[in-house]
Amino acid sequence: MKVKVMSFAVALMTMLFATSVFAAAPIKIGALFAVTGPAAFLGEPERNSAKMVIDEINKAGGVKGHKLELVAYDTAGDATKAVQLATKLIKDDKVVAIIGPSTTGETMAVIPVAEKEQIPLISCSAGSKITDPVKKWVFKTAQNDALAVGKIFEYLQKTKHTNVSILTVSDGFGASGREQLKNQAAKYGITIVTDDTYGPKDTDMTAQLTKIRGSHTQAIICWGTNPGPAVVAKNIRQLGIKTPLFMSHGVSSKKFIELAGEAAEGIKLPSGKVVVADVLPAADKQKKSLMAFVKDYQNHYKAEGDHFGGHAWDAVMLIKGAVENGAETAAALRDQLEKTKAFAGIGGSFTYSPQDHAGLGKDAFILVEVKNKDWVIVK
Amino acid sequence: MQFDQILQYTLSGLSTGAIYALIGIGFSIIYNATGIINFAQGEFVMLGGLLTLSCLDLLKLPLWAAIPCAIAVSTLVGLIFERLAIRPLRQPTPINLVIITIGGSILMRGLAMLVWGKDTHTIPPFSGDTPIAVGGATILPQHLWILAITLVIILINKIYFYHTISGKAMRACSYNRRAAGLVGIDVKRMVLYSFVISSAMGAVAGIIVAPLTMTAYDVGVMLGLKGFCAAIIGGMSSGISTVIGGLILGVLESLGAGLISSGYKDAIAFIILLLILFIRPQGLFGKADSERV
Repeated sequence: MKVKVMSFAVALMTMLFATSVFAAAPIKIGALFAVTGPAAFLGEPERNSAKMVIDEINKAGGVKGHKLELVAYDTAGDATKAVQLATKLIKDDKVVAIIGPSTTGETMAVIPVAEKEQIPLISCSAGSKITDPVKKWVFKTAQNDALAVGKIFEYLQKTKHTNVSILTVSDGFGASGREQLKNQAAKYGITIVTDDTYGPKDTDMTAQLTKIRGSHTQAIICWGTNPGPAVVAKNIRQLGIKTPLFMSHGVSSKKFIELAGEAAEGIKLPSGKVVVADVLPAADKQKKSLMAFVKDYQNHYKAEGDHFGGHAWDAVMLIKGAVENGAETAAALRDQLEKTKAFAGIGGSFTYSPQDHAGLGKDAFILVEVKNKDWVIVK
Repeated sequence: MQFDQILQYTLSGLSTGAIYALIGIGFSIIYNATGIINFAQGEFVMLGGLLTLSCLDLLKLPLWAAIPCAIAVSTLVGLIFERLAIRPLRQPTPINLVIITIGGSILMRGLAMLVWGKDTHTIPPFSGDTPIAVGGATILPQHLWILAITLVIILINKIYFYHTISGKAMRACSYNRRAAGLVGIDVKRMVLYSFVISSAMGAVAGIIVAPLTMTAYDVGVMLGLKGFCAAIIGGMSSGISTVIGGLILGVLESLGAGLISSGYKDAIAFIILLLILFIRPQGLFGKADSERV
C-alpha cells in the first residue's frame, strides 16, 4: 500500500514539473549590480529599473513568446565578488547575457570572463576604457565621462573662462574624471590652474577652496558623487567665492539639490536628459522613452527615476530589441546588439557598430543649471 | 593673502577639532571608568544626527524639541548596549571587550542603514547660514554654535567630575577599581553612568556637526577613529588635555590639507596618532606610567 502511494506521488510530481516544458523557454538574463556598498547609489536604481522593465515586458506577453527572466546578484561594488558572481551566472544559471556591473573597476575585472565564455556583457559603468579598445563581447550603456568633460569645456571655451581649477574626489570616478579633464584641456584651450583632491567621506573642503580662492581661476570644476560635491557647494558659499561652479554628471539628481540647499543655485553640470525630461522639446527623439521611464519608476518605487537607473533600462531594452530580431543564443544576441541603430534610450540615442560598442555621441549630455531648486537647460 | 589663508585653515580646523574633542572625551570617560576602549563611540555620534532628523521629519517636532529627544534616545541606546553587551561578560578581558564594542558598532551601523537607508541627509543649521567675516576669513554661525556648545559641555564635565559625589566616585574608579569597590562605590553603576554620559556627549557632537557636514549611516567610523586619536593625544584624560588634543588634531589636519596636499588629510591624523604612540604613548600631557618594583 505504501509503495503504491509513493509511486502515485512520484508520478504526480513528474507530471506537474513536466508541464513547464510545454511553454517557450524563458530567456535568462543575468545582472550584476552594486546594490549595497559604496556604489549603492548606482546599483540600487539600476536593479530597480531592470526589474521594473522586465516585469512590464513579461506582463505584456514577453518577447516573441518568451518570458524574460532576470537573475540579479549584488556585488557590493567589489570587483572580486563581481568576477565570482559572473562565473556563477554563466556556469550555474546559464544566462545568455549579463547586464552590469555598476562600476568601471568591476567591469574591467569581469571583461576577461565574458570574453572567454563568449557571453555578451552590457556594462552600466562609464569608464572609457571599457569599450576603447573595442572588445567583441563587451558593450556599454553609460555615457563616457570624456563626453561630459567635453560638454563643460565646450561651454567654458564659448564663454572665454579658460583658467579653471579642478577639485576631484579620490575614488575611481573622480580619478577617471581628472584624467579626462587633464587630457582634454589643451584641445579646448583650457588651462588648469590648480588641481586638488578630496576624500569621498571628507566633510570639509574649505582648505582646498581657500587655496583655489587665492588663485586666478575663472571657473571651478568639481568632479565627484554625493555627498562630497554638496559639501563643496556649501563651503564655496560660506567662503564667499563668486567664481562659476561646475559639477559632474555624478550629481545630476534631485538629491544633490536637496543636500546643497541654497548653495546649489547657479551650478551648471552636464546631465543625461532624464532629469529635464518634462521640459524637453516635443521633437526630441528620446522624449517618449524618458517620460515613460520617469512615470513608471515613480509609480513602482515612489522615487524619482534617475540617470543611473536609466543605464539598466537601456540595457534591458537593447536586449529586448535583439531578441525581437530573432536572437536567442548568446552569440546571436551579440550580433544583433552590434547592429542596433538609433535606439532612443534613456542615456541617449544608441548606434552600435563593430568599431563602436559605446554607441553614444555628444548629444547624450546636455548642460543644465540649477534654478529655483530645479533643473533648467542652459542655452 | 597668506595670513588670511592660514587664518581660514585655522578657524575651520578649530571647529572640526572641537568635534573630535567631544568624541575623544567620550572615549576617555569610558576608558577611565572601565578600562575599555568603546569603539562604538562613533556610532553614538551618527545616532545623534540621524535621530534628530527623524524627530524633525517623522514626528514633526521643532528643532529645540527634537534635539533633547534625540539625545535621550541615543543615551537609551548607550544604556541598553552597556546592559546587554558589556555587563553580562563573565571574563572581561580587554580583548573580549574590544571585540564586543567593535561588533556593537557594526550592529548599530547595520541597523541604521536599514532604518535610514544609505543616503546622506541634512539638518537645518541652528541659526541660518549667512557667513560671518573674521579678519580675512569666513565662518558660519554653526561653527560658533559648535565652539560654544563644546565649551559648555567641558564646563559641565568639570563641575560634574570634580564637584559632585558621583563624579568623584567615577574618578575614584578610574584610579583604582578595587579600592573604589572597597570603599563602597558601586563600580557596576559607575560603568553604566560612564556609558550614559559618553553616549549623550557623542549624540550632542553628532547633532551640532550635522548641519555642516550632513549625516549618513556611516559617518561614525571616521569620526570615531579621529576622536580616538584626539583622546590618545590628550592621554585619555577626561578634561582639558583631550580638548587640546582634539583642537591640535583638527588644526593640523586643516593646515596640512591646505598647505601640503588635500589628498593626505586623513593620513595626517593617523600619522600623528602613530607618532604619539611611538614617541609619547601617554599622550602629550599625560604622566608616564611607572610601576614600583
